[in-house]
Amino acid sequence: MVTDQAHRPSSSERPEKRKNPLGIFGAMSHLALVIWAILIIGPILWTFLASFKTNTEIFGDPLALPASFGWDSWGRAWEKAHVGQYMLNTIFVVACSTAATMLLGSMAAYVLARYTFPGNRLIYFLFVSGMTFPVFLALVPLFFVVKNLGLLDTHLGLILVYTAYSLPFTVFFLSAFFKTLPTSVAEAAMMDGCSHTRTFFQIMVPMAKPGLISITIFNILGQWNQYLLPIVLLSGNVEDKWVITQGVANISTSAGYEADWPGMFAALSIAIVPVMIIYIIFQRQIQSGLTSGAVK
Amino acid sequence: MRHGKYPFIVGFLAAPVLLYVVFVVSPYIQAFYISLTDWKGISANPQFVGLENYSRLWDDEVFWAAVRHHGVLLLVMPLVTIVIALFFSFLLNLGGGQKGGQMTGVWGSKVYRVIFFLPQVLAVAIVGLLFQTIYRADDTGVINGLLGKIGIDPVGWLIDPDIALLSIIGVMVWQAVGFYVVLFSAGMSTIPKDVFEAAALDGAGRFTLFFRITLPLLWDTMQVAWVYLGIAAFDAFALVQVLSVDRGGPDNSTTVLPLEIWRTAFSFSKFGYASAMGVALFFMTITFAALTLRVTRRERIEF
Repeated sequence: MVTDQAHRPSSSERPEKRKNPLGIFGAMSHLALVIWAILIIGPILWTFLASFKTNTEIFGDPLALPASFGWDSWGRAWEKAHVGQYMLNTIFVVACSTAATMLLGSMAAYVLARYTFPGNRLIYFLFVSGMTFPVFLALVPLFFVVKNLGLLDTHLGLILVYTAYSLPFTVFFLSAFFKTLPTSVAEAAMMDGCSHTRTFFQIMVPMAKPGLISITIFNILGQWNQYLLPIVLLSGNVEDKWVITQGVANISTSAGYEADWPGMFAALSIAIVPVMIIYIIFQRQIQSGLTSGAVK
Repeated sequence: MRHGKYPFIVGFLAAPVLLYVVFVVSPYIQAFYISLTDWKGISANPQFVGLENYSRLWDDEVFWAAVRHHGVLLLVMPLVTIVIALFFSFLLNLGGGQKGGQMTGVWGSKVYRVIFFLPQVLAVAIVGLLFQTIYRADDTGVINGLLGKIGIDPVGWLIDPDIALLSIIGVMVWQAVGFYVVLFSAGMSTIPKDVFEAAALDGAGRFTLFFRITLPLLWDTMQVAWVYLGIAAFDAFALVQVLSVDRGGPDNSTTVLPLEIWRTAFSFSKFGYASAMGVALFFMTITFAALTLRVTRRERIEF
């Protein structure tokens, strides 16, 4: 804009003139924002408070606060309802599968982005096309593939499947990212006799750190929140191997536990609280990590 | 490049490609074949039956109910989500008017953005459980308890077949809005501030700014949002499975295809029939994505 300079003086006059019309519009818009914020926090806060209530209180006035705050229901959920076990299982599975996804995904993305060889485009499109297929189409054959490999009801099976289904987006995103990095540094390293593998791990990976972090967050959250794959691949015979979403959903539907409503809400709170804490600490990275796929 | 290029390429691609082919590509290909068989039961010997599963699908009322529900989801959910998200992201980014020549959001916009995005990090299954008590049909439910205080009779959010699907859509919108607020905010921040400045100088009010400047320049992002939300409308599995009465009820009034596929396969062991539903779902999703990209294509505005 050539006229930028010329406009400066008048644009600084604007704010004073605009003060007044802000009134009603400003109040209305704040009201809308506050209402939506309450709608978001309300259900979560209510669940959290309900975990401290007694059965009678839970079925009483929904706006009442619990009479006393004790952690017994949380203890019951953690121990008797095995939520602690589910949590540890999930941490183990997601840690392994995210690590595998990032290692394999970045290796494939790097080779596909930076090397020309016959079949490069074919493999790239094979990976990327995986993003457009609904996973429900593959559900039946996937179950039998895992079963025939003897991996049904095992964490290894779940880890391999999580990794495989996270690859399309990871490869798509990271190969675009590797393409944007300058070639000169890698070339210089190769000149100095650095091998292809060492160039990748010691030069390209550190350079790609911002992209890697975004996509790691994306994968951790996606895999942590998986529900469909665990309920298909980890059956009722191996309850001790269940992940958190599956375990907590089962608590709320199974009749045996029905009597202990505070315990149910405690289980739900235990599933929510760690994710919320991590979200509040890393909210900037998480927001950009999750939306990075859409803004290209 | 020189020494050992091909061994390196093969070494780096072997593991990911193998894993991907075994667990992703091969199941997708097998699904098309299985849909042409009468495979029932884990150990049964499947026979090739041609298009029989598809002709049965054609007469299957539950299948059509599920398809109709995807239609409703596709019409209502993306539209409501996008409208709410656009409104909020406009307020949060540009609603504060100009300060020092720069567009700002309303007061507290950072806090709002953090809160609005929160449901996005929660698992859909967990969100479903959260809303079970919120939506409970008698006055012990949270919403009905609140309505009772102002003298309104309890509403059967999930047990009334007429509104059960809308209640579920409500939860989807609840969870999705924050994501699109952040997405649209990112889109709005790429619009050069000169554009707003120039428009404001020409006397454009807030509404003109929104409808004449922001919206057209945000077209690309909205297209992405529409495709994402549309694909989400073909899923809805976890929410319906966890939240609805009798998994898809009452009376199949909330069922969706993914749920029917899962149930047909893993409760009834009808693998051939479930795969035929999977193929139908696949073609619906692909058609939707292709149509959206085609219909919404516009001249790109360069800035």
